[in-house]
Amino acid sequence: MKYYDKLIFELSRPGRKGYELPATDFGHDAFAEMPATLMREKDADLPEVSELDVVRHYTNLSNKNFGVDTGFYPLGSCTMKYNPKINEELAALPAFTQIHPLQDEKSIQGALELYWNLQHALSNIAGLYEFTLNPYAGAHGELTGLMVMRQYHIANGDLKRTKVIVPDSAHGTNPASAMVAGLQVVEVKSKPNGSIDVEDLKPLLDDTVAGIMMTNPNTLGMFETEIMEIAKLVHEAGGLLYYDGANLNPLLGKVRPGDMGFDIMHINLHKTFSTPHGGGGPGSGPVGVVEKLAKFLPNPRVKKNSDGSFTITTDEDSLGSISTFLGNFGVMMKAYAYILTLGKENLKNVGPMATLNANYIKESLKDDYLLPIEGVCKHEFVFDGLKDKSTGVTTLNVAKRLLDYGFHAPTIYFPLLFHESMMIEPTETEALETLDEFIEVMHKVAAEAKENPDLVKDAPVTTLVRKLDETGAAKNPILTYRHLVSEDNK
Amino acid sequence: MSNKFIPHTEEDIRVMLDKIGVDTIDDLYSDVPAEVVYKEEYDVPSAMSEIELRKHFETLGKKNKPLTIFAGGGVYDHYSPSVINHLLARSEFYTAYTPYQPEISQGTLQYIFEYQSIISELTGMEATNASMYDGATATAEAMFMMVASAKKRNRVLISSTVADRVVEVVKTYAKFHGVDITIIPEKNGITDLDAMKEELAKGDVAGVILPSPNKYGILEDYTGVADCMHAEKAYMAINADPSALAVIRTPAEWGADIACGDGQSLGMPLNFGGPYLGYISCAKGMLRKMPGRVVGATKDADGKRAYVLTLQAREQHIRREKATSNICSNQSLMALYATIYVALMGKQGMKELNRIACDGAHYLYSKLIESGKFTPAYPGLPFLKEFVVKTDLDIEAINSRLLDNGIMGGINLGEGKVAFAVTEKRTKEEIDNLVTLMLS
Repeated sequence: MKYYDKLIFELSRPGRKGYELPATDFGHDAFAEMPATLMREKDADLPEVSELDVVRHYTNLSNKNFGVDTGFYPLGSCTMKYNPKINEELAALPAFTQIHPLQDEKSIQGALELYWNLQHALSNIAGLYEFTLNPYAGAHGELTGLMVMRQYHIANGDLKRTKVIVPDSAHGTNPASAMVAGLQVVEVKSKPNGSIDVEDLKPLLDDTVAGIMMTNPNTLGMFETEIMEIAKLVHEAGGLLYYDGANLNPLLGKVRPGDMGFDIMHINLHKTFSTPHGGGGPGSGPVGVVEKLAKFLPNPRVKKNSDGSFTITTDEDSLGSISTFLGNFGVMMKAYAYILTLGKENLKNVGPMATLNANYIKESLKDDYLLPIEGVCKHEFVFDGLKDKSTGVTTLNVAKRLLDYGFHAPTIYFPLLFHESMMIEPTETEALETLDEFIEVMHKVAAEAKENPDLVKDAPVTTLVRKLDETGAAKNPILTYRHLVSEDNK
Repeated sequence: MSNKFIPHTEEDIRVMLDKIGVDTIDDLYSDVPAEVVYKEEYDVPSAMSEIELRKHFETLGKKNKPLTIFAGGGVYDHYSPSVINHLLARSEFYTAYTPYQPEISQGTLQYIFEYQSIISELTGMEATNASMYDGATATAEAMFMMVASAKKRNRVLISSTVADRVVEVVKTYAKFHGVDITIIPEKNGITDLDAMKEELAKGDVAGVILPSPNKYGILEDYTGVADCMHAEKAYMAINADPSALAVIRTPAEWGADIACGDGQSLGMPLNFGGPYLGYISCAKGMLRKMPGRVVGATKDADGKRAYVLTLQAREQHIRREKATSNICSNQSLMALYATIYVALMGKQGMKELNRIACDGAHYLYSKLIESGKFTPAYPGLPFLKEFVVKTDLDIEAINSRLLDNGIMGGINLGEGKVAFAVTEKRTKEEIDNLVTLMLS
């Protein structure tokens, strides 16, 4: 493919246009009489391009991208499973996309029914009492869940509970969400195998603790076997357990977070429930809670009336609103379609097959890559770089070399417990042949690292652009076309 | 085990278990305490084929009623050109993750750069991030930015003429984070600037959030306001409708430090409330306090122009609890939506659609006033596409009648006030029909 690097602004020609609007005659041009002091002084410098210009330009840009549909995407902690096509079509049905969020309830019963059905399916799958689907993303779900946690303690008059315990191996969003929710983060140490050190946890559990945030399996892909003991300790101390649902996928069909003692959780619909990541969003991060916390969930809420109809309510005990309306409804539709397509017969196989795929890759590669923790993993696992450290080839080098071979890289340098972390999550939608191809390439890269380390260190060499000057980008941030032009003219 | 999304044959499973060195799938869960293993069946329906699934969605869809929309309330029925959905359906865009590997994500990175450029043109501000969840959360983040930038000040003022739903979300974020919020009262439909100045004079205000247009559709006059703020060392944020910014005075022209709001008006379908996007722009000096993802231009090893996620030292995956916010994603695909929309409408189209909407709104306004049944709620104040009128008629009864005729009427604000919005999609005939039905 030809290299293409134009910006839409660079295709612009004065007077060209990509739209037609209807001719109107309201008899009076009120716009012309708007007071000048309230109007824009200088026009926005927006592109002037034809429709075909736009179509070719963005088609060219799409060709510079790698998605799940392009190839294997073993990005740890991101659950890059296949995004079913029918779901895109269903979510685009005009009966759902053409309704205004403030329409009379009589005219949006189908949308409310879908929202309610998904709430209830998730409650059952999670083993919790009730869900809100309003949060827009995983991190937004975390924030909402922590607000529920705080609101619970505030309602109990237990105002000194302002600390939240977070494992040192947690996703970065956990401590950041706690900060936004006004909680102080207390870190609990991991044992060498990555699980929470219960002995380190015990002394932290005093009457200032609001709760603990955990994910299980943890960020190393290992199941926290002492979870029931942890739940007991935290509950006895008056705290609540928050479950980070980023790692829910391997538990489908096997374990429900509610049954492990968790009180609050979020689910990333864009991970476990197959909705597309969209290059960074829109996602959806529903939050589920146990019965005693249900009244604190955010407004607005969807309830079922005794006559079977659905209604939008606001609850006085609620923590407040965290979204303008009912969240990313279009994303919920896709997750709902996924649950119905798999049904109870197949949903239960998601976790086991994701776990099988991860363990298969792990066992197939541990002769060349350093496996810091032995034992069965769940949906993902972490290598601490190449086993042979003498070559100087880093995890970053291996990741970039994978791009040359047509694979997306794993998550790298996370978790922070190891220096050369390489976190691999294949998901259940990948077939054995794909896993074998990936394993073969990983072996090949390990061999290259020994025989010709510079080849790996120079990677990528076949991609449309090569190594980028990231330091320069941060030192002198050029964030707009206007700024780019002024830099070029310097 | 096999299903169309789970490709494992019995033979595959055998081969893989052998390689792992275990006998059964259950052995992979041997570390899970028996007491937490779920032994029941999920209480969800049986698997559906595409045929059944489609019928199920169509059945649900029939219980919704798309209407001819004459309401706004922050969500506007602008036209979405056909091209956008065709391009958004390119799965190289929608099946990609956040662009962590820039060498194979230049498509995403470049459209975000174009999005940032376009929003910056509309707001007049130097920097824009890669987008936020929605307009309300973007406004809450603007509040955090002002508190983080103002030294040792923890109080933010917000005008009661900012949309109620935005104020609600800002208040929730403030309550938990520990920011003091003071609502500035309104006077005859606009912010009471004297009341605002009194608060400012107390010397503890980090910033002020004002709307443009406001929740009644009114274009408020902020002449001199920025100077007042800055004299008191407070920051000024404006929550603005980005579609309207193609024609109305920009946050930068008002002297604001931050612009924020909801991107829905940039041609996005109504989507029953989401997905849309929130945008946030700021002056360069506040850049490092800005939340979320930011894309910057750079060069690759061969000197080719390229784009990359930048200024990541602010973010949660590096800074954890010391980050500027917990945001780790953007509404990327909706940012692409907005970008393609503005590219199609272009410099002229963005102005033209505002003119049509404005003319249509004033036409409806005049018809209602001329009927003698409605009076101006805020006489003499300028509006663009949304306005409020007062009536003694039963608004609920009118709206119910309109609904039966496939129309969403104005939003009932209580006390006899009703808010209408008109976009470029509404024809003269539709407006005439609306008025006839309302008065019938």
